[in-house]
Amino acid sequence: MSERETDAPTGVETTGHEWDGIKELDNPLPRWWLWIWAACVVFAVGYWVAMPAWPGAHGYTRGLLRASDRVAVTDSLKVLDAQRGASARALRTASLEEIERDPKLSAYAQQVGQSVFGDNCATCHGIGGTGGKGYPNLRDDVWLWGGRLEDIQDTITHGVRTGRPGARLSQMPAFGRDEMLPPATIDDLTEYVVKLSGRPADAAAAARAAPVFAEQCASCHGVAGLGDQTIGAPNLTDRDWLYGPGRADIRGQIYAGNGGVMPTWSGRLSPETLKALAVYVHANAGQ
Amino acid sequence: MSASATVAAPPKGSGAVLVLSVLAAFLAIMAAGLSEDPIFRFQAGLACLAGVISAFFLIGGLAGGTLRDAPDRYADGVIKAGVVATMFWAAVGLLVGVVIASQLAWPRIFYFPEAGWLNFGRLRPVHTSGVIFAFGGNALIATSFWVVQRTCKARLAGGIAPWFVFWGYQLFIVLAATGYLAGATQGREYAEPEWYVDIWLTIVWVVYLLVFLGTIWKRREPHIYVANWFYLAFIVTIALLHLVNNAAVPVGLLNHKSYGVFSGVQDALVQWWYGHNAVGFFLTAGFLGMMYYFVPKRVERPVYSYRLSIVHFWALIFIYIWAGPHHLHYTALPQWAQTLGMTFSIMLWMPSWGGMINGLMTLSGAWDKLRTDPVVRMMVVSIAFYGMSTFEGPVMSIRAVNALSHYTDWTIGHVHSGALGWVGFISFGAVYCMVPWLWKKPAIYSNKLIEWHFWLATTGILLYIAAMWVSGIMEGLMWREYTPQGFLAYSFIETVSAKHVENVIRMVGGAMYLAGALIMIVNLWRTARMPGAVEPAVAAAPALATA
Repeated sequence: MSERETDAPTGVETTGHEWDGIKELDNPLPRWWLWIWAACVVFAVGYWVAMPAWPGAHGYTRGLLRASDRVAVTDSLKVLDAQRGASARALRTASLEEIERDPKLSAYAQQVGQSVFGDNCATCHGIGGTGGKGYPNLRDDVWLWGGRLEDIQDTITHGVRTGRPGARLSQMPAFGRDEMLPPATIDDLTEYVVKLSGRPADAAAAARAAPVFAEQCASCHGVAGLGDQTIGAPNLTDRDWLYGPGRADIRGQIYAGNGGVMPTWSGRLSPETLKALAVYVHANAGQ
Repeated sequence: MSASATVAAPPKGSGAVLVLSVLAAFLAIMAAGLSEDPIFRFQAGLACLAGVISAFFLIGGLAGGTLRDAPDRYADGVIKAGVVATMFWAAVGLLVGVVIASQLAWPRIFYFPEAGWLNFGRLRPVHTSGVIFAFGGNALIATSFWVVQRTCKARLAGGIAPWFVFWGYQLFIVLAATGYLAGATQGREYAEPEWYVDIWLTIVWVVYLLVFLGTIWKRREPHIYVANWFYLAFIVTIALLHLVNNAAVPVGLLNHKSYGVFSGVQDALVQWWYGHNAVGFFLTAGFLGMMYYFVPKRVERPVYSYRLSIVHFWALIFIYIWAGPHHLHYTALPQWAQTLGMTFSIMLWMPSWGGMINGLMTLSGAWDKLRTDPVVRMMVVSIAFYGMSTFEGPVMSIRAVNALSHYTDWTIGHVHSGALGWVGFISFGAVYCMVPWLWKKPAIYSNKLIEWHFWLATTGILLYIAAMWVSGIMEGLMWREYTPQGFLAYSFIETVSAKHVENVIRMVGGAMYLAGALIMIVNLWRTARMPGAVEPAVAAAPALATA
């Protein structure tokens, strides 16, 4: 242990302690530090006096301002109810057509729909609802399960391929993976489907595939390939392709028969929210 | 006790640890065999392997006579191992951080649905535990072993116990990290390991406490140096936090899953009482201990104020423990508890800054070293980041500010200015100091490489936290934006895609920090392999020589 000494560069005394060559200066607590700390403590005590703060045997100190988060939330909800409570109640009883006919209610429903769509649907269908590979575009006029208000409401309410009661269900066979058709025939079918959509294709291959299409595909997609919205069979003659327009995409779909899943939203969203969502999607789709 | 008589004897407790290793290996293999839970079986298998390796080395050491005690020397072997582990886990933890930052920036290219263990949700705790407990924890254990010996002029207590602490802690890290990857988690922030890993850590931690206390007990100095107060506060409080927060009931003794004893808002409060004090006592108090030794040692100046160190120490540990509820503003937590969390956080500001003042002002009379010594510069920048984040923390704890900042990237930025700036830099500074002392070299291999490390890492931190400020405030503002009809203006996914550029900048900043750490590893490796051992100047302690 060393003696107290004066530190040359600062002129301050040391405490006389020393550990492994480390000494300590005997500087006082910085005044500014002490004052700011005191100010913080004064602020804290003042805050305790004004606001709910200390628990005790009989509840907690409520504070002079009588501030309460619970009351603040209740008040905000009242303001919200005054603002849009009537519309929210109207949404519950009106039919889909009534909602769409009433401009004020329709505008409200679309507000609800947009908000709910963003947090529930946009993850797959995209923020603008334009979809992506495997996720249907909701802004065009092409529909797998029908584009009328009731159709849309039904699809949203029950979902697709969820295995729950009422869910939409269709299953395209995996012609290649399950070895139902030889690879060469799938190549020919691909040309046939390309031809159906009005694009140049290998005529000979398409001709070879015509009887196969009639036998294997026409039962769902129709003899002319126009599809059938009642069973969710896509129209093959338009230019809209859920799994991609290229030959490889089409061939892959014939090979594997992919089908996506859309959640069952009833039970997660309230019936009036489902209505609003249907109106929103319907209003924003191309007719 | 003559030196010649004791040199050949193995460290106290070697035999007992050998017996326990064999026993543990046996119990673990039994548990693995009897369990029907694949995750538990896998972890028990790892524990068995650890027991076998431990027994194998102990038998070898005892039989070959290489395991010898040297009671008249400082126990530096375990510190060397600690330094190696610190840098190893730094590289691992930072690398995983860069990987998950990339997953956030480009979710599509880093999406592996078939490899569940590569999922963001499993990798994130590997990153957080990896940098806090593996990197930070090893740095704390290694430096505390160095500091307590030098400032007490006493060899570490407990014979082989320090080595048990070291290897036991590594086993804890391996069990925790492999558990996360396999999908075992309690789902508690910074306390994800399951019940059996928690029990193991408790054993290791109690031994650590005993080693530390035992060394202080046999000190040959009249007073206990301030660094040791901080280290002791860190060890004791972490033990307390760990025990309460991890109170849980296992599904079965042969099953990895457990359920916590708390529920609802009480559970949330316990979790954040733990979580916040993990920051307070692990990442603040522990590393202040490190600062209080290595800064005055490196700049060769006295600590600025003894009185300040006493006052801010007691104020810090008394006030910190109250501040946890500020993590639960505007939740189901009663408002009065939120008030206490906020006001104690504000009163914590100056006690935290006491450490900053003492650290920075210790340089008075030696500021020129900032120009010449990059290690000093690193430590000073570390203290500056400490001051910045201990100011930012109280600001964010104010309810009105928290209403904007909570759940946003601002919080992530705040944590990282503390973690990368304060914890990382003070640890790197301490390791840069210790490696030449431990390996008996005149200096670090290359000052130029330290400069590269410093500038890469500092720029990386600034990119990281600036990006997080921007994206945090942006998403906070987007979340609270309403349409005139009272609907949210933005969906969550819109706020996520709005952050893309900031996420990329964050990843780049993190990668630069990682690059700096890798440069440091190369530099340390070259230092250890430098020729010409010198007796370092720090071996001034009269009765004990460095081993």
